[in-house]
Amino acid sequence: MIAVLQDPVRRRLYEYVAAQGREVGRNEAAEAAGVARTLAAHHLDRLTEAGLLESGSRRLTGRSGPGAGRPAKVYTRARVERSVSLPARDYRTAAELLAEAAEQAGLDAGLCAAARRRGESLRGAAAPCGDLEEAMELLAARGYEPHLEEGDGDGEGEGEREGSGQQGGRDAVVRMRNCPFHAVAERFPPLVCGMNLALLEGLLGVDGPVRARMDARPGECCVVVESKNNGH
Amino acid sequence: MTASTHAAHLAQLNVATLLHPFDDPRIAPFVEMLDPVNSAADGAPGFVWRLVEEGAADATGLRPAGEDVIVNLSVWESQEALWDFAYRSGHLEVMRRRREWFERHVEAHLVLWWIPAGHLPTVGEALDRLSDLRAHGPSPRAFTFASAYTAAEAAQHLQAVPSAQPGNAGRSRRPEPACEPACEPACEPVEKRADEQSDEPADGPVGEPATA
Repeated sequence: MIAVLQDPVRRRLYEYVAAQGREVGRNEAAEAAGVARTLAAHHLDRLTEAGLLESGSRRLTGRSGPGAGRPAKVYTRARVERSVSLPARDYRTAAELLAEAAEQAGLDAGLCAAARRRGESLRGAAAPCGDLEEAMELLAARGYEPHLEEGDGDGEGEGEREGSGQQGGRDAVVRMRNCPFHAVAERFPPLVCGMNLALLEGLLGVDGPVRARMDARPGECCVVVESKNNGH
Repeated sequence: MTASTHAAHLAQLNVATLLHPFDDPRIAPFVEMLDPVNSAADGAPGFVWRLVEEGAADATGLRPAGEDVIVNLSVWESQEALWDFAYRSGHLEVMRRRREWFERHVEAHLVLWWIPAGHLPTVGEALDRLSDLRAHGPSPRAFTFASAYTAAEAAQHLQAVPSAQPGNAGRSRRPEPACEPACEPACEPVEKRADEQSDEPADGPVGEPATA
């Protein structure tokens, strides 16, 4: 399975598709990896056979000429998790059991305190995170797959759900495509998402110019990172 | 009478015991979030209905399960729709802070069950489902996110055995092998249910989604 990723071209293709967070066509992937379309197609299909990518077909709009209307093959990262551990370890079961016990005992506050301390110790002697770009680097290094979401003005009122009521137009925020704690977060969302927020607060620092806050939406990490001068 | 699979909606009830009176300043942050989160629920994909007290914006004034127990009863098109609202919307922030406002429940305080589309569950019916879950564990009649049944499984279950629902015939025959034959949750006084304790662990992604 993981050996499939040893080939450098294949690995570049996988990383590119994974980073987009959407369906990627063969042409686009080939261009990104700097290889010919046929070679990219071969590797993309091998990655799909290995279960690392999922493929589908999509009629790309706006096409013209002889190929118009023919569905194009598109790829996304497989949703299933892969992990390798040698020798065999089972931290996931341990995490699920600990989370279950913490949930039943109502240990949210203690867990969040531990997570905040861990975040702070990961940051070490460094100053609080200075801007969104630095936040992106920190988050990427921890596997969150951050991406910048530009401010949109129309807002949908998402940020107002916290009851702050002072939110005007929305500024750029950093969102994260990957939840590093996915399996346990799905089973105990309030507990584990709260832990995640506290960890990120510690990691980014609460006294600096950026802030992490809850803004959950389907398919992504529950936290967004924004500048404090966002107007609320 | 069986609900056909394509016309089933998911009902959910959860109960939450307040740590302080509703008008206590310590509860104020929760109260402030009610309107925005409830509006978000009303506009959420797959939202069908939620219980609202007559003349009020929500159901927090209704206390059918005890003086200090607020209830939240709603209907959704699918389990995924309810999940996404409960845990992937602004509602998650309420859930995250639940320990500031609500007692930790030892027993189940969230119950899900399938209903025919168009049916609006009553509070009594909802509390019966919670009792069923507490007494017998998860079944197609009453389950949780972590122990979910599909609408098809629930319909099959209802077809196989007479329903245990109040108002339907055949109340005494218990369908599930796991069920204790002695218990008849529909006869328990409502007041008792919210306070009774059991050793049964809370199941799955629990918490007090106290608004919807």
